[in-house]
Amino acid sequence: MSESNPPFQVFLDQNRDAVWRFLVSSVGPSEADDCFQETFVSALRAYPRLRPGSNLRAWVLTIAHRKALDCHRGRARRALPVAGVEALDTRSPYAQADTAQPADAELWGAVRELPPRQRSAVVLRFLADLAHREIAAAIGCSEDAARRSLHEGLQKLRAQVAA
Amino acid sequence: MRPSANDAVGRALRAGPAPRRAEAAAAAEATERLLRRIAREELADVTYGSVDSPFGTLHAAVTPRGLVRLAFPEETEPAMVEELARRISPRVVRSPEPLERLERELDEYFSGRRRSFSLKLDWRLIGPFARRVLTRTAAIPYGSFSSYGEIAAEAGSPRGARAAGNALGANPIPIVIPCHRVLHTGGGLGGYGGGLERKRFLLELEGALEG
Repeated sequence: MSESNPPFQVFLDQNRDAVWRFLVSSVGPSEADDCFQETFVSALRAYPRLRPGSNLRAWVLTIAHRKALDCHRGRARRALPVAGVEALDTRSPYAQADTAQPADAELWGAVRELPPRQRSAVVLRFLADLAHREIAAAIGCSEDAARRSLHEGLQKLRAQVAA
Repeated sequence: MRPSANDAVGRALRAGPAPRRAEAAAAAEATERLLRRIAREELADVTYGSVDSPFGTLHAAVTPRGLVRLAFPEETEPAMVEELARRISPRVVRSPEPLERLERELDEYFSGRRRSFSLKLDWRLIGPFARRVLTRTAAIPYGSFSSYGEIAAEAGSPRGARAAGNALGANPIPIVIPCHRVLHTGGGLGGYGGGLERKRFLLELEGALEG
């Protein structure tokens, strides 16, 4: 049993910051909390059935990715009024406070505007340090497709920030 | 394996969307909200926390059935949590609130105002023989004591004083299941999982031994 998964609390302590960063980058700070709760409650429910020795970071970010997608879909359904919320997000203390990088709010606004797969690929790569293979597992595509999504996402961000 | 892009966009992405400190604080708050929800909706199988005592900080764990584990300070919390995950369920989380009832009853006990605990107990870490031994032990009244031989006999194993001693030494819920009330027949203190000084302290507190 030496390679069994750690107690849930240990898993939570080790992954909460990465999940939080992923969600803030994907859905913005005001929606991140809901997604965070949903992500870890789902993880807790499934936890005893998880294979020992699984890549827990990739697994929980997979769940977070799905919750972020649900959140975006919900937001799309709610249509117009949330345009205001979106604008607020980028002006929140989070997006703005990093004065060392004035383009920060703009960049992360652009990240949230990326198509879901590209956004997840970018965020999983840069904030969670996942390898291409793990990104592919997290968003449910081939490794090549993950590499492509990451590349396309980065190209768009570069174009936007340079503009 | 570091992300590949090393231009300005890559560096900014890696730095994250927010000042790290504010972000870590926000993640910590979200975690507290999560733990409160897990407690409210009873989603975990085991919840642990700590309780002050004259012995220092005790570590405690409860399940929906009751108190399952009480550990002396030198048994570290991570070690206890690992053990709970291995023996009960990996769904172990920290309690977002103090373990209030346990804290109150232990406080009352240590200040001499409580002679027995009314907490529900979860016996699942206790095997069949140990369960017979500890059930008998739980019936020894406050302020008195029994012997290893007597307890073994009552547990249906008259020659099993040593086995009874082992079961008592492995008591997962000391103090509350009063294994400190079992001594050698001749009056020697015998052993104690938490150390003999604590055994003596508890027996003196209860007035079973002269201070």
